[in-house]
Amino acid sequence: MTFGLGVSAIGQGLLWATLGLGLFLTFRILDFPDMTVEGTFPMGAAACVAAINNGISPIWATLIAIGVGMLCGLATGLLYTKGRIPILLAGILVMTAAYSVNLRIMHGRSNLTLLDKPSLLKLPIFAHTPMYFDSVFLGFTVIVLLTLVLIYFLQTDLGQAFIATGDNEKMARSLGIKTDNMKIMGLMVSNGVIGLGGALVAQNDGYADVNMGIGVIVIALASIIIGEVAFGELTMNQRLVAVTLGSILYRFVLLVVLKLGFNTNDLKLFSSVVLALCMMVPVFRDMFNLKRVWKRGISTHD
Amino acid sequence: MTKPILELKHVVTKVSRNTPEELTLLKDLNLTINEGDFITILGSNGAGKSTLFNTIAGNLTIDSGDILLRGESIANESEERRTRFLSRVFQDPKLGTAPRMTVAENLLLANKRGEHRRLTPRHLKQHMAEFKQMTSGMGNGLDERLTTPTGSLSGGQRQALSFLMATLKKPDILLLDEHTAALDPKTSQELMNATNERITAQHLTCLMITHHLDDALKYGNRLVVIGDGKITYDVSGEDKQKLTQEKLYSFFSDLQE
Repeated sequence: MTFGLGVSAIGQGLLWATLGLGLFLTFRILDFPDMTVEGTFPMGAAACVAAINNGISPIWATLIAIGVGMLCGLATGLLYTKGRIPILLAGILVMTAAYSVNLRIMHGRSNLTLLDKPSLLKLPIFAHTPMYFDSVFLGFTVIVLLTLVLIYFLQTDLGQAFIATGDNEKMARSLGIKTDNMKIMGLMVSNGVIGLGGALVAQNDGYADVNMGIGVIVIALASIIIGEVAFGELTMNQRLVAVTLGSILYRFVLLVVLKLGFNTNDLKLFSSVVLALCMMVPVFRDMFNLKRVWKRGISTHD
Repeated sequence: MTKPILELKHVVTKVSRNTPEELTLLKDLNLTINEGDFITILGSNGAGKSTLFNTIAGNLTIDSGDILLRGESIANESEERRTRFLSRVFQDPKLGTAPRMTVAENLLLANKRGEHRRLTPRHLKQHMAEFKQMTSGMGNGLDERLTTPTGSLSGGQRQALSFLMATLKKPDILLLDEHTAALDPKTSQELMNATNERITAQHLTCLMITHHLDDALKYGNRLVVIGDGKITYDVSGEDKQKLTQEKLYSFFSDLQE
């Protein structure tokens, strides 16, 4: 039983890591918080489940989810760059609008099930995997592919221009980089990946729910920040891997919280507390001088 | 050598247009820059030196007049588009480099100034030897820090890097906006020497804003003074060599009377 829960946590961690990777592009590279994800995630889920219910194959349905995610990113990007709306508000506008769109996609219902329908987890290759291992395999495959694609992209001339835009916009423009286009592109790729996350989680859970987006930005941030706190100074490529490990660690934290006797209604509270604590680590470090204590622990006293 | 490369004709630049705070910063400014000119620019605060640079670089649009590059108007080209032929070093060391990217990555970005950036691998390793050689010429240890994020460099190293980035891909016009002003006297002098060497060696056309009268006299083949949005003094060649600090001082005090 406990072993099964552990495997399930790893599977969940891998599938949800897509959110962390998507948000990493905006939160860490472009250096702004993109609220759009709270609308994109359920939209990816809704589009995927609705497509499968309409007889479209799970693979195509997942690709459709990526497409609608990118459209959400495009909308936020245009409001932000061309419409000059502050990014936080632009994201909230699209996120709010997405709620209505999601209800439309699900024909006015707040919940749409995949019961007795095909999904990526019911593909023939997963037919003989033990319980929970299907999501581990699917999540692992997607994360490896996604991480490799992102690593390649960030090492290209375009990827470097994208990083420079988030790092020093004025310099980027003075080198001829069209920073508005870079921001729009970043938001589109980021939200495309988050749409993918919505599709994967919906297929794993077996349904899409219009409220499943609430608080997902906290979960995505948690995987990024837990990864950073746990692994410290890393290169860009290592940081991408750390996001996935952070996402898995986060699932284990939730597992412990549930084991302590709290119920699933309490999880959002704990998500916020965990994230807040992780973000305050630098403050605690200064306050208690932890670094010196740790260093002393391994020094040789000679 | 005397072919005009950039011409500003009757340029008027305003800011806060159609508001009560509307200000005319450049007032019918005329300037012809010849190929190979190294022009030092003097002027009191608010005279319009930085506005001139922002107008040439496209950060500010002009209200009337024209800007010609080799006879063709560039007045309507965007800031990004003008980077094909123009590069710039700012006064603030923080503005010129991307802090979280390494020295080599910054140089690589500058190597593609004004070019379309594609989904092709960046080939950083192939450029390392070239970058190493170039940075060692600055003589400030920059060559030892190619893989260091620029955020942890000293101000002097950052400005030296910004200058290298601006000249790595040879620009038709180089704008230096008091690029040594934020540095201590020694570092400032070293960077100024390196600047002069590279501009002479590469035959760059350069405009340099400075507040040091001796730098303005020592470097370049031409000296321009801007006052109240216009060119008030323009001297080049032998006449510039004969110019002394005393004469410049008296010129400035004449202006204020």
